[in-house]
Amino acid sequence: DQVLHIVPETFQQVQHLQHLCSTLLLDLWKPLLPEDIWAGEDLHIRVPAPLVQDVKDSLDQHMISYKVLIPDVQELVDQSMPRESTSHRQVPEGYVYTQYHPMEEIYQWMTQIQKSNSELVTQHNLGKTIENRTMYYLKISQPSDRTKKIIWMDCGIHAREWISPAFCQWFVKEILQNYKSDPKISRFLQNLDLYVLPVLNIDGYIYSWEKAITFVQDRLWRKNRSPHMNGTCYGTDLNRNFNSSWGSIGVSYNCSSEIFCGSGPESEPETRAVAQFIERKKSDILCYLTIHSYGQYILTPYGSTTKPPSNSEELMHVAEKAAAALMGKYGTSYEVGPTSLILYNNSGSSRDWAHMIGIPFSYTFELRDKGTHGFVLPHDQIQPTCEETM
Amino acid sequence: DIDDVGHKYHLELVLEDILDKDSTVNCTAEVLYHLPNKNLPPDVQFTIEGELKNTDEADSMFYNRIKSLEKELVAEDIPDSHGNVAPEMEPVRLLAWVASGYVIWQNSTENTKFQLAQIKHVKQVKRSDEYLEFDYRILLHEMVSQEIIPWQMTVLWHPHHGVQVTQ
Repeated sequence: DQVLHIVPETFQQVQHLQHLCSTLLLDLWKPLLPEDIWAGEDLHIRVPAPLVQDVKDSLDQHMISYKVLIPDVQELVDQSMPRESTSHRQVPEGYVYTQYHPMEEIYQWMTQIQKSNSELVTQHNLGKTIENRTMYYLKISQPSDRTKKIIWMDCGIHAREWISPAFCQWFVKEILQNYKSDPKISRFLQNLDLYVLPVLNIDGYIYSWEKAITFVQDRLWRKNRSPHMNGTCYGTDLNRNFNSSWGSIGVSYNCSSEIFCGSGPESEPETRAVAQFIERKKSDILCYLTIHSYGQYILTPYGSTTKPPSNSEELMHVAEKAAAALMGKYGTSYEVGPTSLILYNNSGSSRDWAHMIGIPFSYTFELRDKGTHGFVLPHDQIQPTCEETM
Repeated sequence: DIDDVGHKYHLELVLEDILDKDSTVNCTAEVLYHLPNKNLPPDVQFTIEGELKNTDEADSMFYNRIKSLEKELVAEDIPDSHGNVAPEMEPVRLLAWVASGYVIWQNSTENTKFQLAQIKHVKQVKRSDEYLEFDYRILLHEMVSQEIIPWQMTVLWHPHHGVQVTQ
């Protein structure tokens, strides 16, 4: 099937096109009805494969010029929707971790993961997004008689950074697949609980996926979807919305900016959901990790000031070891250091806030790459990115 | 710091061929950022140690392929949402990358960091001379403000005459 783009020039052309659409029962993508076809306006029609040549011949005969907008609709559908989406097989075998998944599938994945690993994994409700979607995190914990320290990791605080949720899913899979056989992982789980939030900014993530087939998509959306100014402007940058020197530097007070910090610290339900939970558990949380892209950095506090955090030597030491281990896998180099020194100033970040409330190890990971693909990292880089970050 | 002029940076860097990671070349450069009120793009002087790889074969292949197209090339969303680029579009993307480098240079200050994020639309424009002409609508990502900036650029190219950008 092909989708054709036509801009009719005359009334006769419009009439012919309307005739074609109704007699051949063609699928109008734009506009929706034949009576809304106008001269000078864009027309998008999907033509079933067996009719493509006839339709093109007819257009040529009537001197109507066209362009092929989509040469193969099926191919596009396949590309944007992983084949395994209706698989009921036990995760991880059925789920394709080397493809990007829409939120629907990530919700299903979480349920599946808990079902097939119930001795280790529980799914919990963190709160709701502005568009009323439920935020779930997974707790990976080996039953034990003592309370363990916690490592928290969230992904997808910025909608367009698709590699980030992909990493969280990969991470969970790796732990669950290898905790029995890998001595390092099993020791880990003896002493620590892992809390993973695969998608923090659910509404934003869904928005960046929407309309993946009809080209009217905002793949590069960053913020959440909270409405401002009577619905004329949307979105707060959740990573400028935390209560860490909120609104002081590296932000905008204007909703139209990508770094709009919101109407106040923790003004967004997503921020509150995370903050309230971490605040409650903070005495047990050893490490706070937040995963972003792109840039290849391991960032330490702070973004809001160049004054070093109290434990900066230790923070740097651990981060440098992490970067070295990462590089050992595929040679990918990550820069390590405080955001305010190696990247830019920003206030209200979750990483700064976590450290300020007392969590000793707080890091932002900016995953691959360095700008060649940026936010639109090809899915064949999911595996190497995740493997090295692991 | 140069009074009344701006800030000058002396750089030593390594250039890496994106199509062949093992192929590198040393480079030294001097970048002068003018004072903000002058509204001038930074001055760049550079020297390359050694030679850049010869690309004649790939250039000719691309040039001839485009020249022999029946209809002018048109494409959208390179790469697509999942990062995919059709192999025949790779040179179109590389051309955009080079051209966007010029746009980025002309619009850079000490407080910006631009990257080409995506080609939204590219259309070949018919020409009577030997040059190839492409009309690009691109999206630039600016790291500090995190903004996505749409930009329109017209790019001329010929294997022997290099790239020219007219905005």
